Amino acid sequence: MTPNLQTRGGNGADSRALPHLLGNEPIIAVRGLEVAYGNRYVLRGVDLDVYPGETMVILGASGSGKSTLLRHIEGLGKPSSGTIMVKGVDICSASRKELKNVRRAMGVSFQSAAMFNSMTVGDNVALPLREHTNLAESTIRLMTKMKLQQVGLSGVEDLYPSQLSGGMRKRASVARALAMDPEILLFDEPSAGLDPIIAAGIDELILHLKKAFKMTIVIVTHEMQSAFLIADRMCMLYQGEILAVGTVDEIRNHRHPHIRRFVDRAANRFDKSDHSYLTGFES
Amino acid sequence: MDINVKRDGRRSIVEVVGDIDLYSSPALRETVLDLFRKRGQKNVIVNLSNVDYIDSSGVASLVEGLQEAGKRSARFMLVGLQEGPRRVLELTLLLNVFEIHSTEEDALQA
Repeated sequence: MTPNLQTRGGNGADSRALPHLLGNEPIIAVRGLEVAYGNRYVLRGVDLDVYPGETMVILGASGSGKSTLLRHIEGLGKPSSGTIMVKGVDICSASRKELKNVRRAMGVSFQSAAMFNSMTVGDNVALPLREHTNLAESTIRLMTKMKLQQVGLSGVEDLYPSQLSGGMRKRASVARALAMDPEILLFDEPSAGLDPIIAAGIDELILHLKKAFKMTIVIVTHEMQSAFLIADRMCMLYQGEILAVGTVDEIRNHRHPHIRRFVDRAANRFDKSDHSYLTGFES
Repeated sequence: MDINVKRDGRRSIVEVVGDIDLYSSPALRETVLDLFRKRGQKNVIVNLSNVDYIDSSGVASLVEGLQEAGKRSARFMLVGLQEGPRRVLELTLLLNVFEIHSTEEDALQA
């Protein structure tokens, strides 16, 4: 399959797969994805390839459709049209059994950490193993400890999520996402609501997972500093469309005005003389 | 994954062929624990020279074997560790926890 070359906005940036990934089939291939709620299109004709072992960061302003794209890659939404191939299975038309198998290959860390507060941290991490495998309880307990150790949280398995800090809860949710040894790890806003030091710790954790386990990682964020640090390639969404896909340097130097504003953290200009909201009133 | 056990007195060699993952690791765990618990083995050697992939459930199963050996003052050894499984044990910081030898012969002489 030809690596994607979807760069719109025209600075000549080349968004092909990284050299060491060339020749590989994409592990995730999104084609012509359209998602609409009534007449409102959230995603329009999105094409995106993610290659095994790469970290793809999906960037975009609030409401650009990035979380919707991630949710559909997880198989949690029904698109209006298009396909999403994950490990060769179109998850938009897959049977429940096929979808279940594909989901086993994916670990998801949600924006809110989404821990069950009534369960200990250990039980939260062990939950997918208890739900989806026939492993012995002693094996599951050992695996839980290993996963928590991998995210730097040794010894917290008997605590409850409410007894952890925000950063620790996020790490624990990553441990749960790792429980089934997924090939693909999906992160929705990993740094949301965290202070800069804890957010930097999450970035370090993601870099460690990438280096250590050669995982395919897809991250939705609007934190540029973090994105530049952890990405192999980046995809910029704007009003439901992909503006550009490229390496960190290609996105950093892209000349499209919206991407420039995003990268340079410049505010949108508002027309202060716009008084159209006053129309319709009788004077 | 296939498992073949060669027993010689109170010493056993467990040959594993194929990937050790969430689906196959319970069989490895059961085999190893049975050798200690039911067969009273004092030396169990797991030959991993035909294993290219081991996931964390496989690692946990090996750890359980090691723990069981510890309880019984027995020995639990790994041989023929390939690059993939070695890397997983390194990343889980367990490489130095196991007694590892290159070959079955090395393990038998140790």
